Amino acid sequence: MDLALAPETLARWQFGITTVYHFLFVPLTISLAALTAILETAWVRTGKEHYLRATKFWGKLFLINIAMGVVTGIVQEFQFGMNWSDYSRFVGDVFGAPLAFEALIAFFFESTFIGLWIFGWDKLPKKLHCATIWMVSIGTVLSAYFIIAANAFMQHPVGYKIAERDGVKRAELTDFAKVLFQETTLVNFFHVIAASILVGGAFMTGIAIFHLRKKQHTRTMRMSLRVGLVTAFVGTLLTVISADTLGKVMYEQQPMKMSAAEALWESEKPAPFSLFAYGDVAKGHNEVAIEIPGVLSFLAKNNFSAEIPGINDLNKEAQDKFGPGDYRPNIPTAYWSYRWMIGFGGVSMILCTAGLWLTRRKFWLAPEHRTGEDDVPKLMLTKNRELAPRLGTWWWRLSQWTLIFPLIGTAWGWIFTETGRQPWVVYGVLKTEDAVSPGVSQGEVLTSLIVFTLIYAILAVIEVRLLLKYVRKGPPELTEADLNPPTKIGGPPGGASADTDPEAEADRPMAFSY
Amino acid sequence: MELHDVWFVLIAVLWTGYFFLEGFDFGVGVLTKLLARDRTEKRVLINTIGPVWDGNEVWLLTAGGATFAAFPEWYATLFSGFYLPLLIILLCLIIRGVAFEYRAKRPEERWQTNWEHAIFWTSLIPALLWGVAFGNIVRGVKIDAHKEYVGNFWDLLNPYSLLGGLVTLTLFTFHGTVFTALKTVGDIRMRARKLALALGLITAVLALGFLIWTQADNGDGKSLVAMLVAVVALAAAIVAIKLGREGWSFALSGLTIVAAVAMLFLSLFPNVMPSSLNEEWSLTVTNASSTPYTLKIMTWCAGVATPIVLLYQSWTYWVFRKRIGTQHIADAAH
Ligand code: HDD
Ligand code: HEM
Ligand code: HEM
Repeated sequence: MDLALAPETLARWQFGITTVYHFLFVPLTISLAALTAILETAWVRTGKEHYLRATKFWGKLFLINIAMGVVTGIVQEFQFGMNWSDYSRFVGDVFGAPLAFEALIAFFFESTFIGLWIFGWDKLPKKLHCATIWMVSIGTVLSAYFIIAANAFMQHPVGYKIAERDGVKRAELTDFAKVLFQETTLVNFFHVIAASILVGGAFMTGIAIFHLRKKQHTRTMRMSLRVGLVTAFVGTLLTVISADTLGKVMYEQQPMKMSAAEALWESEKPAPFSLFAYGDVAKGHNEVAIEIPGVLSFLAKNNFSAEIPGINDLNKEAQDKFGPGDYRPNIPTAYWSYRWMIGFGGVSMILCTAGLWLTRRKFWLAPEHRTGEDDVPKLMLTKNRELAPRLGTWWWRLSQWTLIFPLIGTAWGWIFTETGRQPWVVYGVLKTEDAVSPGVSQGEVLTSLIVFTLIYAILAVIEVRLLLKYVRKGPPELTEADLNPPTKIGGPPGGASADTDPEAEADRPMAFSY
Repeated sequence: MELHDVWFVLIAVLWTGYFFLEGFDFGVGVLTKLLARDRTEKRVLINTIGPVWDGNEVWLLTAGGATFAAFPEWYATLFSGFYLPLLIILLCLIIRGVAFEYRAKRPEERWQTNWEHAIFWTSLIPALLWGVAFGNIVRGVKIDAHKEYVGNFWDLLNPYSLLGGLVTLTLFTFHGTVFTALKTVGDIRMRARKLALALGLITAVLALGFLIWTQADNGDGKSLVAMLVAVVALAAAIVAIKLGREGWSFALSGLTIVAAVAMLFLSLFPNVMPSSLNEEWSLTVTNASSTPYTLKIMTWCAGVATPIVLLYQSWTYWVFRKRIGTQHIADAAH
């Protein structure tokens, strides 16, 4: 059979496309849920209207986004059985549990409380309503944890033994705590959450700037800009810290992946960090390489002169251990996806960190440069010096346009993680080629691949246009009902006087309806 | 009872929960064309399930995840075997979710009508296909010695399973109509009551045929009891709606679903997916299950989490207990 259309290849493409697509909504969902919750908390605690306006604005974008996250997630839940039935049979005993936990604990949380949040504005007292979005936020984080525990098992299998049943081998769970709490799970979770925070921060910053540059909704957007920048900065710090740990863990667990990420063909001591490389995979060497000496050794082992094993040696080692074959992932993909991850995320890291300083509050500014809560902030380099207008314009412009760079970065991060693990689906235990569904025909996989890709493409267009529409529209005007939520569950609006006509009350339109 | 038997029961419970809950919201989706006269009435219908449909759908995800964890072989054979029908269901669920969330987000006429068509079809098709799928599971499909499904798509479309599909479709629509009568006020409520009566009678005829067929082919004493409960509950549900007792009728149409699903699972046990080629090759609760260790962990998790889930989901229904009518729908698009 033509290799390009082999069921394994098709199934891989399908899994890659649907999962990367799912993950385009995930980091935004995780971060916007938390940010919306924080803004609503600020409204509940201070009663300042611009917080409520911001809650409604960012909450709306969050809802448009999570809707897609939810429906694309449904596909993920069943794909393992559809396209990877031998995988499911082999690891189900281990891998199914975190997935079931995720559904029982996290998904029910998320989807029940989001209904309450959407429809609850005129039904729930302020504090309770705010609590529901916090529940959603907790749900998203729990869900990330369980699924990453499942994925970490594929990266670094622990807590299992290989046993035989009815003459067929399978992995059996021996220690669930190990699967849930192994180091790989913890550092991957840390890295993904950190990256998600960066994603949300950059997104908020970019959109706030869009309105500030037009000098509209300045009060709400000025506040949002600061929230976005602080979020992005926190995300930056956490991402860098987690990435450092993750890199070291990966060098121990999957040295092949990391050497592929550096196009390090031969073992070197000390090993350089590659800035650019162009190589020949068949011959196993680079033709062009620009490198910083010693840095890779430091990143991997905390020691500038440590020896780092190269791809060719690692491949031989694997052949000795697992038998003949090619144990190298696709090297250009690993190399470039790693760089795109860091590069795309890095741009926003730099811009947002700079922005956090440039737009700081009055304490560090000379009085004549201070701006009011309704003004667009000035970009201040030092206490008395404004940033040159040309540079300032560039900062505004770039920071607006890089709003989804970290999101692109996270997609590349997964592509790196998953393709770098190849040819294994469970590292060192099960090969991807042995994981596909034997009973599913080429035609069936091809059909689903095409249908999913098409429908996802159409939905992407719809979703992006809807987001743009609501971004442009800006925060809504608040109504009486918005400002006076009920004081008890299902009760009349908080401001209503005692003699409100009960019949008029019974016919009051819903604050939100589909 | 061993742990894998417990999990057989729990999987049955999850599917029952799913069909009970999403059953009525599929039904309400179908009613957008069958009952609603104009856009405002469509919106009344959609908003009766607005706050809850997403939570209802998670019962399916949990059933899927739990099957993966407790019976990996069943999960693998079922979803790779029923590939195309499942693909269609997934596509419907994708479009349906987006349709609910996005329909009102633009004022354009064409945008809204397109999503309304989508809501109807994506509710109707899964309601039908789930019955077809379960019909096939109970009847047995071509499974070989390696637990692989070796039939094709057309094998899944046989008279028995197609009848099963019609039963789920009509039963869910009936259940949804009773739900509508229970959750709305005004004209639409009265029409829902009338429609429920007609739908109930059609459902009764189809369901009776399907259940008797099942009993004759695969039944035993226990499944006979479940069948009788289902039939009596359905008849009582029809009587109750005729008398205008909407709450009772809804509880009874729900009981019909519970008893019917129970009957299917009872006639399966101890198989989970019988093979029509050779009885030896059937997937059973023993040869498809996970290890006792995994099952034990799962039992703890389900034991702690399920009551909590039921608690807060019921609370949600309580918060949104008020009936709605056309007067509650603000016309401004969001
Ligand atoms: C790091 C986080 C992460 C990763 C790697 C994945 N997901 Fe996800 N998933 C989420 C984080 C998330 C989330 C943040 O919790 C979502 C996004 C939108 C949402 O509503 O919840 C979600 C939604 C979501 C849903 C819908 C839940 C609902 O109805 O509320 C399902 C069934 C899945 N996911 C399943 C999966 C599977 C089987 C994955 C593995 C391939 C996967 N997700 C990868
Ligand atoms: C959401 C983040 C994820 C993304 C973006 C992602 C991305 C990818 C990509 C790009 C591939 C194709 C690799 C290739 O063909 O070389 C793949 C394969 C795969 N991934 Fe992931 N993945 C993610 C999470 C997960 C998780 C959480 C799991 C398990 C729970 C998982 C399981 C798999 C499986 C089974 C395959 C198929 C085998 C293979 O081709 O590697 N993935 N994924
Ligand atoms: C600062 C430099 C960074 C380094 C050294 C780094 C390191 C890594 C490593 C080693 C992996 C692979 C982990 C594995 O195979 O399990 C990874 C994955 C990933 N990275 Fe990064 N990263 C960096 C920056 C970023 C940024 C800025 C983002 C977000 C925009 C990001 C998002 C991701 C994601 C989503 C994954 C896949 C999930 C995972 O495996 O944890 N990374 N990163």
